[in-house]
Amino acid sequence: MARTPQTLFDKVWQRHEVIAESAATPAVLYIDLHLVHEVTSPQAFALLRERGLTVRRPERTLATMDHSTPTLTAQVFGGAPIAIDSAARQVRELEANCAAFGVELLGLKHAERGIVHVIGPELGLTQPGKTVVCGDSHTSTHGALGALAFGIGTTEVGHVLATQCLLQRKPRTLAVNVRGGLAAGVTAKDLILASIGRLGVAGGTGHVIEYRGDTIAGLDMDERMTVCNMSIEAGARAGLIAPDETTYAYLKGRPRAPQGAAWERSLEQWRQLPTDAGARFDSEVELDAAAVEPMITYGTNPGMAIPIGGQIPRHPEDPAFGRALAYMGLEPGAPIKDQPVNVVFLGSCTNARLSDLRGAARVLRGRRIAPGLSMLVVPGSQQVKRAAEAEGLDRVFLDAGAEWRESGCSMCLGMNGDTVARGQYSVSTSNRNFEGRQGAGARTLLASPLTAAASAVRGRVTDPRELL
Amino acid sequence: MAALTTLTSRTVVMPAANIDTDQIIPARFLTTTTRAGLGAQLFADWRYDPSGVPRPEFVLNRPEAQGCRILIAGDNFGCGSSREHAPWALLDYGIRAVISTRFADIFASNALKNGLLPVVVPAATNQWLLERPGTELTLDVEAGTLLRPDGVAVSFPLEPFARHCLLAGVDELGFLLGQRSAIDRFERRA
Ligand code: SF4
Repeated sequence: MARTPQTLFDKVWQRHEVIAESAATPAVLYIDLHLVHEVTSPQAFALLRERGLTVRRPERTLATMDHSTPTLTAQVFGGAPIAIDSAARQVRELEANCAAFGVELLGLKHAERGIVHVIGPELGLTQPGKTVVCGDSHTSTHGALGALAFGIGTTEVGHVLATQCLLQRKPRTLAVNVRGGLAAGVTAKDLILASIGRLGVAGGTGHVIEYRGDTIAGLDMDERMTVCNMSIEAGARAGLIAPDETTYAYLKGRPRAPQGAAWERSLEQWRQLPTDAGARFDSEVELDAAAVEPMITYGTNPGMAIPIGGQIPRHPEDPAFGRALAYMGLEPGAPIKDQPVNVVFLGSCTNARLSDLRGAARVLRGRRIAPGLSMLVVPGSQQVKRAAEAEGLDRVFLDAGAEWRESGCSMCLGMNGDTVARGQYSVSTSNRNFEGRQGAGARTLLASPLTAAASAVRGRVTDPRELL
Repeated sequence: MAALTTLTSRTVVMPAANIDTDQIIPARFLTTTTRAGLGAQLFADWRYDPSGVPRPEFVLNRPEAQGCRILIAGDNFGCGSSREHAPWALLDYGIRAVISTRFADIFASNALKNGLLPVVVPAATNQWLLERPGTELTLDVEAGTLLRPDGVAVSFPLEPFARHCLLAGVDELGFLLGQRSAIDRFERRA
């Protein structure tokens, strides 16, 4: 009898069911890789202490620090105290917890430290077919390698530490089929902003998205990570892309990827993972990539995005819409282009990998950022930082007048003191434009690294195609 | 986790859709290493002006909102960041149930693990509730019903295992720890 065709998600899910779900209880799902950071783990380690439990599989657990850590070199390497006391305490607590529970920590000065979602793939730890969790919603990033990866809360962090398992109801599946080539100056960030605009910020709720089609197959790994990263911004549990030769070429030789005979065995298993012909998704959406233009947000959620040459919509009947525009200080019907900008942030787990920095540097080379504007460049990891320095990108940013920092989440969420001042406009390559996300009263416009760099040069929202 | 069987309270309403967890508890308060005391910072940037003075017009600062344990919200409540600090802050403030037409997945999961009840109701019911702040409602966890003062009962879905945990006041960890031999077997097979 022919096996029922399965989706990539179905296969990964099924292979990790310790106990299948029933009417009375959710599935017990096995977790292959648990990434831990300083902000969402202290209370989970406290739970283990309260219950007298240990970490079941320390070798499947890796901790790093990224959210509240400083990006100023003096505070990371120079021995200057971390400016925010409570952040310094959180860093010390993670160090103590990892030491006490035997969990490997890529600490503040470690050469492989970085944003948790940048380092997992970079180290070769994130692999096709694995289940990956982290106490962070952008864990969806790791789905770019064909891993089932999703964010969890702190109580669940405790569950995984203690049992290496989670109780989960099986989500539904949503195929986002993307066809056609991206035009010059249009990036994976623009594609995902356009997708979220289409799906809505809750359109993916209860679902795991699989991004499919020739456009997706043509993306490199950095671009795939940008796409999967923002799945949560459409409300989805996770985003997945089938592993292929691009994935394998990316992983091969990475320090924590399988080596030698184990690599060959893994490859054989990974090749079984892509969705079978004829497999059914609970729903499907079609997107024409060729029609996507550089996108930018104008409001206070990532679904409020328009092509950069477009006008801010009018919804006079919707008080929430009015409130969002009032917060942003923008007018319905107005163009977004040429909106003055105070700050540009190039960073975050969405867009701070090497190719993102290269793209921005392409725009900035030989140019200066606008007078009065400040630009912060925060590489996604220390490895990205060193690779960028090896090809001279740091000089491009510094010569243009931008700041070049140590890696971390930084101005993506403004926990470490890197914030945008009240009322100021920031063009940011991060993933959330929520009220106050980059600092109380900050006004965030989400865009690609190209658009961010072009806007930095002009001091106004700028279509990058004018400068390429 | 304290058991929750029934809850009777007046409501406080926040009609905005897509209230994200950065609003519920802004990131700058996440450097804490405990769960306690976050209620003071709940909705901080809506509740207080930049100098820290309560904004009298914000719903939670009005006298009639004091003591309300049920929050009625617009669609897609709790979207964004996975921070469990969001339900911790709501609970610490005194909210025990949130009613909306939809919750973000991670928020709903985090809420249930802490005894905060996410109640999904049809759009018409939510609209009725949003238009009537201060209505006294009774939520019956066992029956899965919301009882309006006009006698109308609306049923709401609740994942059976989460219901069991809420009613018994137990958390999931005990259950998971009880699966040790199945997990051992799985690891040997893998
Ligand atoms: S960079 Fe931003 S979105 Fe990514 S993990 Fe850090 S805080 Fe979260």
